[in-house]
Amino acid sequence: MSFDRPKFRHPNQTKNAAGFSKQDYEGAMSTLCAGCGHDSATSGIIQACFELGIEPHRVAKISGIGCSSKTPAYFLSKSHGFNSVHGRMPSVATGANMANRDLLYIGISGDGDTASIGMGQFAHSLRRNLNLNYICMNNGCYGLTKGQDSATTDKGSSGKRGVPNPYTSIDLCELAIELGASYVARGFSGDKKQLVPLIKGAFAHSGLAFIDIISPCVTFNNTSTSTKSYEYVREHIEATNTFDFIPLQQEILAEYDEGTSQVVTMHDGSKIHLHKSDSTKSITDRLIAVNNLESEKAKGRLLTGLLYVNQEIRETHDIINSTHRPLNSLTEKDLCPGNAALQKINESLR
Amino acid sequence: MKPTNIEDINYFHKVIDCQYACPAHTPVPEYLRLVAQGKYDEAFKINWISNVFPGILGRICDRPCEPACRRTRVEDNPVAICRLKRVASDYKSADTSFLPKIPKKKNGKKIALIGGGPASLTVARDLLPLGYEVDLFDDQTRAGGFIRTQVPSFRLPEKVLNEEVDRILNLGVNTHFNHYVDSLKEILDKNYDAVFIGTGAPRGKDLPDLPGRDAADPSVFIGIEYLAAVLYRHITHSPSRVLVLGGGNTAMDCCRMARRLGGEEVKVVVRSPLSDMKASPWEIEDAQEEGIPILDKHSPVDFVVKAGILVGMHFQKVEAHYNPEGKRSLLPIDEPPVFIPCDQVLLAVGQQNAYPFIDVDLEMNKWGLPVLDELTHQSSIPNLFFGGDAAFGPKNVITAVAHGHEVAISIDLYCQKKDLHDRPHPTTTLLSQKMGMQEWLYDSHISDDKRYAVPTVDKVKSLKNRLMEVELGFSRQTGHQEAMRCLNCDVQTVFDAATCIECDACVDICPESCINFIDNASETELRNNVMIPAENKTQSLYVSKPVATGRVMVKDENVCLHCGLCAERCPTSSWEMMKFTFNSAQVGQNDQD
Repeated sequence: MSFDRPKFRHPNQTKNAAGFSKQDYEGAMSTLCAGCGHDSATSGIIQACFELGIEPHRVAKISGIGCSSKTPAYFLSKSHGFNSVHGRMPSVATGANMANRDLLYIGISGDGDTASIGMGQFAHSLRRNLNLNYICMNNGCYGLTKGQDSATTDKGSSGKRGVPNPYTSIDLCELAIELGASYVARGFSGDKKQLVPLIKGAFAHSGLAFIDIISPCVTFNNTSTSTKSYEYVREHIEATNTFDFIPLQQEILAEYDEGTSQVVTMHDGSKIHLHKSDSTKSITDRLIAVNNLESEKAKGRLLTGLLYVNQEIRETHDIINSTHRPLNSLTEKDLCPGNAALQKINESLR
Repeated sequence: MKPTNIEDINYFHKVIDCQYACPAHTPVPEYLRLVAQGKYDEAFKINWISNVFPGILGRICDRPCEPACRRTRVEDNPVAICRLKRVASDYKSADTSFLPKIPKKKNGKKIALIGGGPASLTVARDLLPLGYEVDLFDDQTRAGGFIRTQVPSFRLPEKVLNEEVDRILNLGVNTHFNHYVDSLKEILDKNYDAVFIGTGAPRGKDLPDLPGRDAADPSVFIGIEYLAAVLYRHITHSPSRVLVLGGGNTAMDCCRMARRLGGEEVKVVVRSPLSDMKASPWEIEDAQEEGIPILDKHSPVDFVVKAGILVGMHFQKVEAHYNPEGKRSLLPIDEPPVFIPCDQVLLAVGQQNAYPFIDVDLEMNKWGLPVLDELTHQSSIPNLFFGGDAAFGPKNVITAVAHGHEVAISIDLYCQKKDLHDRPHPTTTLLSQKMGMQEWLYDSHISDDKRYAVPTVDKVKSLKNRLMEVELGFSRQTGHQEAMRCLNCDVQTVFDAATCIECDACVDICPESCINFIDNASETELRNNVMIPAENKTQSLYVSKPVATGRVMVKDENVCLHCGLCAERCPTSSWEMMKFTFNSAQVGQNDQD
């Protein structure tokens, strides 16, 4: 078994605008099972960071516990990272984000880490619209403890154990829309063509961007009776839209049909161009977005793509009106305004 | 594109760049692995079967394998394949059990070999085990041909040469040394079942029309004759200032020899630019290392002789121009000729074929070479075969060996009155390397080591003694490390589209981004559509049958490291690492089956 990848890379590999090659975004070699969807999700994150020319040292990756939460070891080894307590990724991310709002935060979690033990934390990070890229690698089972059903296992689906799940599953995307997330998407680890733009859009978004990545567990949940197997997902996938992510610096070249296309301008000025299969499926209206999910579910289809985006909701820093500068850059002068200021405050309270 | 037919033995054969480039198709990765494991006897045996002279070729081979080595496309320098062959030879035991049994009862067929060089010796080695009687004629006192007379001992010690030559002669060759065949007719009249001519390209080119050539004659030597004269101690000293004309390996040998015989100011003067020189880059380096300047783009004008003594030469500086077809012409530049003083000139400006002994009616082509069937080496006289430099003009030792093998097959078929074109096939196998979960039978780790340099003896000492071998060869330790640089190109990545679940694990893990799952298209489009465009068209694309989503797997073979990670990360074993062995056809292989 190999424990490291060879150091050689293709001699013709290119560098991005920031002068980095893709290798600069890689991490250690994965120790997950061969064929794990999480490795593809990881690869999607690497690709998105590379294409956007993100500087690795401007990124913080935070995770909880589980197979998914191991993945930050496998990408962006030159970035900041914190592997936290089970289900507590949002708290740690909140703390880090409060201290330094200048970094790009990637929170990695799984269906157990999010929908079971971390449900409370998940809900409150959504409610506050924390400026965090919350990526949930969702395989519908507890892979690290041998594949028990998780809270996102669909009712009736069965993995390797062979016993159908009797409980209703939680749709994390619906929940995220409901609870105040401002960018909600669903991708599939087996479709990087769709996944990479979704991640890039999330990175450009200000506020909580939630991406539910259906990421099959090859070892415990890739059976013919599972609804989260590679085969099932491929057969039942339905995309809301395909879209181009256009960074701020780039000129828009393609032409888009009216009615089936929609432009969303992101916080940083970059644009998302959506090509919708159905013009009625608006993704900026919360009610319609939830309806879209429910109606496809009723048809036995799994809706993917960008599901909901709202640029109006303010992120946590703007809500609480906190300082624009990272805390570590504040000097004594900033933090201690002096006796005169204190007296003024005291006066106002008399 | 149509799915790649991996049943075609040429497909994987081509992936093993080194073996494919070798005229004798020596299974390079296989013996490098054995060297790495310290199994020198086995590594030697593989070489001996394939290229007959591992000790010699491990020193003086032209090494077409090395420029072909995949490592040159992945990093800078190829694996030191040639020098690892020497490692196998240096550290092998005294065991001789690999030698074939020579039957006491002969098959009644008699063969004559004219010339005692590598081609003839190969024919002898291949035919003796089948019961042939072999007579070898050579005008020298010992066998070896040009390897003996032209290759200086500081590159190839006589001991090594004797060991390898005698190993073959001792199989039972009837040798006729000091026997110059001056009439082919005489030999043909002796009723041999077949006659083989392996007399090389014996004539060194002269510059007879250059002014002053005749007057300077006492101080001008033809390169190959000079080297032979040194070997036989007819020449033991060199004057102080020597000019060597020519840019091939013979020129390099001449200049280094002159240094050893007392030449202090030895210079190589060549017409072509340095980059176009025919000599192998490592030979040029070795000469320069010994303080020999190479003056390129100098065309000789005349010999300057004063009072009957050569005092120097004039050269015209030239410039290389290339026409659109890449054909070069050397045009003089507008400068007066340069005078270079010297006491002696060695001409190493090329070799020519010559067959003064051919006194029978034999079809020759416009270049004065015999008309031969390219595959069988048969001449217009059905029982007369040619090989080595004598067949298609000057090449190298390893080509001569490859010719020898082919001729042995031809002669055997001829003697059995069979069709010479219905030849035995190479033997190939394709075997899984899977040993367990993510475990392989081969060492898949990729070494980051840079090419190791071969240690040499002290320059001061070696320049005083023409018999002292310059290169010391790798130690066992360094040999191991160098052999570990081999990328195991014989261990193939074999893909099965039927079982693939398209999880992308192989795509994600491949360090060289070779693997793609894309829509099928024409080769040109596919080469463009893969993640990193496949621009090296000499390297194949491996295209699978469609996978479940209708796409195809396209792998660019160009810089694949054969690290096995695609197969390691594959959950369904759709990728498998399988070792492809290719052994060139050997005479009589079908008889043994």
